[in-house]
Amino acid sequence: MTPHMDVAAALRQITGFIYPNELELHWALLVVIYPYLTGLVAGAFILASLEKVFKVKELEHTYRFSLLIALAFLIVAPLPLLTHLGHPERSFEIFLTPHFKSAMAMFGFVYAWYLMVVLLLEIWFEYRADLVRWSRSEHGVKRLVHNVLTLGSKDVSPGAVAFDHKAVHVITLIGIPSAFLLHGYVGFIFGSVKANPWWSSVLIPIVFLFSAIVSGISLVFLLYYIVTLLRKQTPDMACLNKLASFLFYALLVDFSLELLDFVHRLYESEESIKILSELIYTKLFLSLTIVQIILGTIAPILLLAVARFSKLPDELKRLGFFIAALLVQVGIFSTRWNVVIGGQLFSKSLRGLTFYKLEVGGAEGLLTGVTFLVLPLLILFVLVKVLPPWREARTREEG
Amino acid sequence: MGRGRREFLQKVIEGAGSAFLLQVVAPIAALAKPDASGYDAEGHYYGMGIQVDKCIGCGRCVEACKAENGVPREPLYFRTWVERYVIRSDGETTVDSPDGGIHGFPATAEENDIMRSFFVPKLCNHCDRPPCVQVCPVGATFKTEDGVVLVDSDYCIGCRYCIQACPYGARYLNPHTKTADKCTFCYHRITKGMTPACVEVCPTQARVFGETKAMSSPLRRLMRMGRLQVLKPSLNTEPKVFYTALDGEVR
Amino acid sequence: MRIWRIRDQVIRLSFVFAAVIIAFVVARWRFVPKTFGDIGHYRAASLEQMAGAEIRYAGTGVCEDCHGDVVETKNASYHRSLACEVCHGPAAKHAEAPDEHRPAIPRKRGDCLYCHEYLPSRPTGFPQVVEMSHNPMQACTSCHSPHDPTPPRVPDSCSACHAQISRTKSISNHTSLECETCHVAAPEHRQEPRAHLPSKPGDRAFCGGCHARDAESAAEIPRIDMAAHNPRYLCWQCHYPHSPEGH
Repeated sequence: MTPHMDVAAALRQITGFIYPNELELHWALLVVIYPYLTGLVAGAFILASLEKVFKVKELEHTYRFSLLIALAFLIVAPLPLLTHLGHPERSFEIFLTPHFKSAMAMFGFVYAWYLMVVLLLEIWFEYRADLVRWSRSEHGVKRLVHNVLTLGSKDVSPGAVAFDHKAVHVITLIGIPSAFLLHGYVGFIFGSVKANPWWSSVLIPIVFLFSAIVSGISLVFLLYYIVTLLRKQTPDMACLNKLASFLFYALLVDFSLELLDFVHRLYESEESIKILSELIYTKLFLSLTIVQIILGTIAPILLLAVARFSKLPDELKRLGFFIAALLVQVGIFSTRWNVVIGGQLFSKSLRGLTFYKLEVGGAEGLLTGVTFLVLPLLILFVLVKVLPPWREARTREEG
Repeated sequence: MGRGRREFLQKVIEGAGSAFLLQVVAPIAALAKPDASGYDAEGHYYGMGIQVDKCIGCGRCVEACKAENGVPREPLYFRTWVERYVIRSDGETTVDSPDGGIHGFPATAEENDIMRSFFVPKLCNHCDRPPCVQVCPVGATFKTEDGVVLVDSDYCIGCRYCIQACPYGARYLNPHTKTADKCTFCYHRITKGMTPACVEVCPTQARVFGETKAMSSPLRRLMRMGRLQVLKPSLNTEPKVFYTALDGEVR
Repeated sequence: MRIWRIRDQVIRLSFVFAAVIIAFVVARWRFVPKTFGDIGHYRAASLEQMAGAEIRYAGTGVCEDCHGDVVETKNASYHRSLACEVCHGPAAKHAEAPDEHRPAIPRKRGDCLYCHEYLPSRPTGFPQVVEMSHNPMQACTSCHSPHDPTPPRVPDSCSACHAQISRTKSISNHTSLECETCHVAAPEHRQEPRAHLPSKPGDRAFCGGCHARDAESAAEIPRIDMAAHNPRYLCWQCHYPHSPEGH
């Protein structure tokens, strides 16, 4: 909101009493998008790690693809934050003088760690042998790009390749808690704000993490399904079934945690319960009860249960999975919305509610938001071209 | 790996190591710098007292604060404001703060039904355990040695985390500097021995400013004679704005 | 001779990582502000910057240097605790260059009404007027000098300062009771309120003077058995005398 906003009109939309400084909402669409993106990164990576560490063979089709998805979204993730800052040109101060008491100061280092030590490193080790062999038989720009990416390494002897596999395994092991940290600290940023009773909760980091896993699995599902069809192939049914199973179980856990939070709040009925109840029944009714809970959690759970465990033909199962995964994406975005925006819609005086108007244009507008949601897909397209994750693209040891 | 490479690697590691040490050792050595300006921050520890039963809700403090500190005039930005509480006979409480109280208050609708009613001035509490300072990612907001919580607007990146973390709604984002902003206890005045602008103009001396640790100051007397309250004590922020005659309905 | 052979991949990667770390260290050394960390985790130079901000309110002590007579008058009047600048606005510029910057002189009714308009939320005893009925359209300064705002006449009604009590009483059963019935106030109370406080009734018998069964008072006044009706309490511990119906 800017000083040019119609203050009189804004004041008419307040119910009850809010502190005068609370008229302007501070964390808007961009801050909703950031946890959504890092959640997808963490979720996609954890899915990939299931294949490597827990040896879930059916997911082999999606392993490399999940890594690329994670990378594409990780590259875009800081952009909404930078756009949201009052002074993006000073953002490097987080690296120069981090205040370690602040969870947000962790951002720079956790992000750098995850990007460099986990994701890029894992992708490099995973692709290295193929990069070397591809660059041998290619020409022109492709050869140059792949050559640069090998960092000059040329050894593809069995010993070197075995080292690569071992490195990937070790990095994935480090990567799983790192992924938890990457998204968990975002949950902690909210969960540790004692000033805000909607956010302040021990469960928020955990709920964030599980909804991240849910969103990551469903994203990999959707992208794998769509891209495979675009490549005029049939998605592997065993893989889809496995993805659907994991999504189903993760949804159950996620739903239980959210239910626990809800029941706990209602049972303890602390001072904030009155205004928070009013918030849920009025401002957040559509986005919370309808979109997040019914459409985003309960409907996919039922749909997945039916599609996965019944004796329907494969085409119908695939359709059921697809719709469920789509609903889950909408539901998880709505979850982020309800946490971030919902937490600012009520006054800290616990006596009133304010409003949020989503602009169409401007730095915090809908168009900017959509750009940040579409950009990772464009980057993914480029990554898939440079580092094809498909089985057919893999090279073999000669002889 | 050849000898040349090994040596190069060693040199690189040594160079990085010494640069790192310089980073750590030099700032620590610089901590022992003397203060050049003549004002000794360590000799002061400021707080404010507010006597709720003296406030007449005239709003002159809100006006003086905006005039003294150049706070934007729109009703979105307040370093201090006054709230009016009206508790009716049936126990229902209504609170309002029209434009922060800067133009005073209009007549209240529930006039004939009032059980009790009063005005409560609010501002940054300059907490001893400020949650806003805790969450600043870069060290742009901080508590000084004389107990004042300030924002360095040349360093703030405008992430707004401190605004979210303040339980009292005392902070806002300055639309011109795009940085977090709030009451500074008129730091530019108190370091010269003057009182904050709001205290200066309060017609009934409902606002009292002074040292929390000195032997005699208007605040010290209030701390002795009054029954002190702070806002939201359960959050353990240890505010340094002390209220007397504060009603239980005040949040 | 080496026992462990460092892999080629690891060596290449460590160059990349070393480059990043060196860039980071150099950036820290180059870009962290000089005074950062001197006192705490902040830029110590910002303190001087903030302490040097422009001062706009000079403070009453400064006005006294040139306007001593006015300040002396004010300090002997009801407005003694008022700062000059609460009415005249910020005057630091005027103190430095008196002829270039002239402070405002508030003459409109609205300027006085910031404090003196009747609002039920104001503490009782604070002098308030109901704007519409108190010499409407006339400037306040035509009867009250701001530096000595003693009213031209001593207020004849208690409601001048105790308007909220008066209004509450006026819609209650005690509306026909004069304030003086229960409170004895010396005439000086109207001029120096806190120095000459009015009395308040001290015992149950006072209220019994009208409300006892055998009291000689108007027939419509409700009667109670003084000995049996909560004898341990004073009447006003339950009944608000200005609105005794008991809201």
